[in-house]
Amino acid sequence: MDFPEDLFYTKSHEWVKKEGNNKVRVGITSHAQSELGDVVYVELPDLDKVVKAGGACTVVESVKAAYDIYSPVSGKVIETNNDLENNPQLVNEDPYGKGWFFIIEMEDPQELTKLLSNKDYEELCQTK
Amino acid sequence: MPDKINYTPNTESDIKLMLKEIGVNSIEDLLVDIPEELLCKQINIPSGMSEMELKHSLKSLSDKNANLNKYTSYLGAGAYEHFIPSVVDHLSNRGEFYTCYTPYQPEVSQGTLQGIYEFQSMMCELLAMDVVNASMYDGASALAEAAVLAIRHKQKKNVLVSKAVHPEYREVLSTYLQELDVKLVEIEMEDGITSVSDLKSRIDNNTACVLIQTPNFFGCLEETEELIELTHKNEALFVACVNPMSLGIIKPPGEYGADVAVGDIQALGNYINYGGPHAGFFAVSKELMRKMPGRLAGATTDTKGRRAFTLTLQTREQHIRRGKATSNICTNQQLLALRTCIYLSTLGKAGMIDIGNLNIHKSHYAIDRICELDGIDPLFDKPFFNEFAIKISDNYKIEEINRRLFESGIIGGLDISHFYPDINNAMLLCVTETKTKEDIDELVSAVSNII
Repeated sequence: MDFPEDLFYTKSHEWVKKEGNNKVRVGITSHAQSELGDVVYVELPDLDKVVKAGGACTVVESVKAAYDIYSPVSGKVIETNNDLENNPQLVNEDPYGKGWFFIIEMEDPQELTKLLSNKDYEELCQTK
Repeated sequence: MPDKINYTPNTESDIKLMLKEIGVNSIEDLLVDIPEELLCKQINIPSGMSEMELKHSLKSLSDKNANLNKYTSYLGAGAYEHFIPSVVDHLSNRGEFYTCYTPYQPEVSQGTLQGIYEFQSMMCELLAMDVVNASMYDGASALAEAAVLAIRHKQKKNVLVSKAVHPEYREVLSTYLQELDVKLVEIEMEDGITSVSDLKSRIDNNTACVLIQTPNFFGCLEETEELIELTHKNEALFVACVNPMSLGIIKPPGEYGADVAVGDIQALGNYINYGGPHAGFFAVSKELMRKMPGRLAGATTDTKGRRAFTLTLQTREQHIRRGKATSNICTNQQLLALRTCIYLSTLGKAGMIDIGNLNIHKSHYAIDRICELDGIDPLFDKPFFNEFAIKISDNYKIEEINRRLFESGIIGGLDISHFYPDINNAMLLCVTETKTKEDIDELVSAVSNII
């Protein structure tokens, strides 16, 4: 399993990549996609939607079931990955790359300090 | 203990054995902790009957009902008598199919899934919509689910429904919505159809959807193009509640751009037993597919490359998503949907056009003949399918006319004032392909003898 070092993680299996001062890119981890199975649909949030850290904002449907994806930080959705509309399998094939979900403009960049490091997250996955 | 209950699985000696095992003397001993006044008293029911006696007794009870073998009926208003080819009964009564339940381990029931798949496919064609689900409980709840879908999808709080939508459907709608934080507003009618100017005055950016029925409760066809234009201009969903029987000859909802189409499939291959059971259908444009309640069957190939069927969409259901489900509907009316599937495949495309024409011709013959009588006029001047409203001179009460018709073996039309108190002395008549020219002439002559 892959846990890139330059990312932050959440207990609910999202990854967060800092891009510039107050922007983050968000997706789900390789561990999460492998647990979900083949992803068949991603319902992305609307642009400009205001999200709270820990609030549900996306739904991923896999062949097994439908799951909520939670926003790791508070802020505003400024970009979403439209490629997922026709190619939801990108979430499985490239979870840290082409399978990203959305970009958030953060309200408070300090929130990032509350997230998990790759080591913490790896430990979390192993204890489960 | 009653001395004999044949269908109770435990025999007297079974019961004794069980009581002995747990160390009590009688069933009553098991109930000692319950205060005596709470115990059920002896119920006064007669002693049992043999199967033969029971059949005889039930038959004599059911013979007291008027039925369509004995009476010629002109009642419609939501439940429609149509001819049902015997192949529909024959196939749907097969043991492999005979259940109203949607399978819960679906893939083992390939025949049932294929039935659902074919039903969906034929309904899609008939409605000209992208997606149809496996069926709903009835037309009224399908309409209410459409409103709930629109509220969620549009994130808006006003639901507009035409007063020309079946009054019982509107009641179900209002029951569905009563605990939600939404506003249900009715649109006025004008000469038997939804008033476009009233819609214009009530619709705004807070409108989630506009619900229209066509043919509507009075049988009249709505001005769908104008209504839909106004609806879409206000960023609301257009929900068309349609009689699928009419769609062989009347423009289907997909062709005028309805976002959701709902309705009842009783008319397509199902009997009008006491007005039930009914089943509904639910159709959406592709955009709304994942917001749709219920389930979808799809075609696929199995591991050996053979054509197979599977449930392809049910992830938003109550039993998987619980509180976040799009609806609490996670089943369908499988047996009735199957009957509709068989019915549609029996009629085929040409058959649906033929039957539509027959309904139109016969109902129009009927209105022309009956309105030749003095004191009877059409209530509205609008195009209609197989139902129409007539106004009868105030000298003759509808109730009295229907009583007299019944004596001569005819079940007359619906007294509209039951549902619309301000429409006085008017009758809603339904004439389908089941009525012959002679039947209709007989109705006219029976009415002429009364008024």
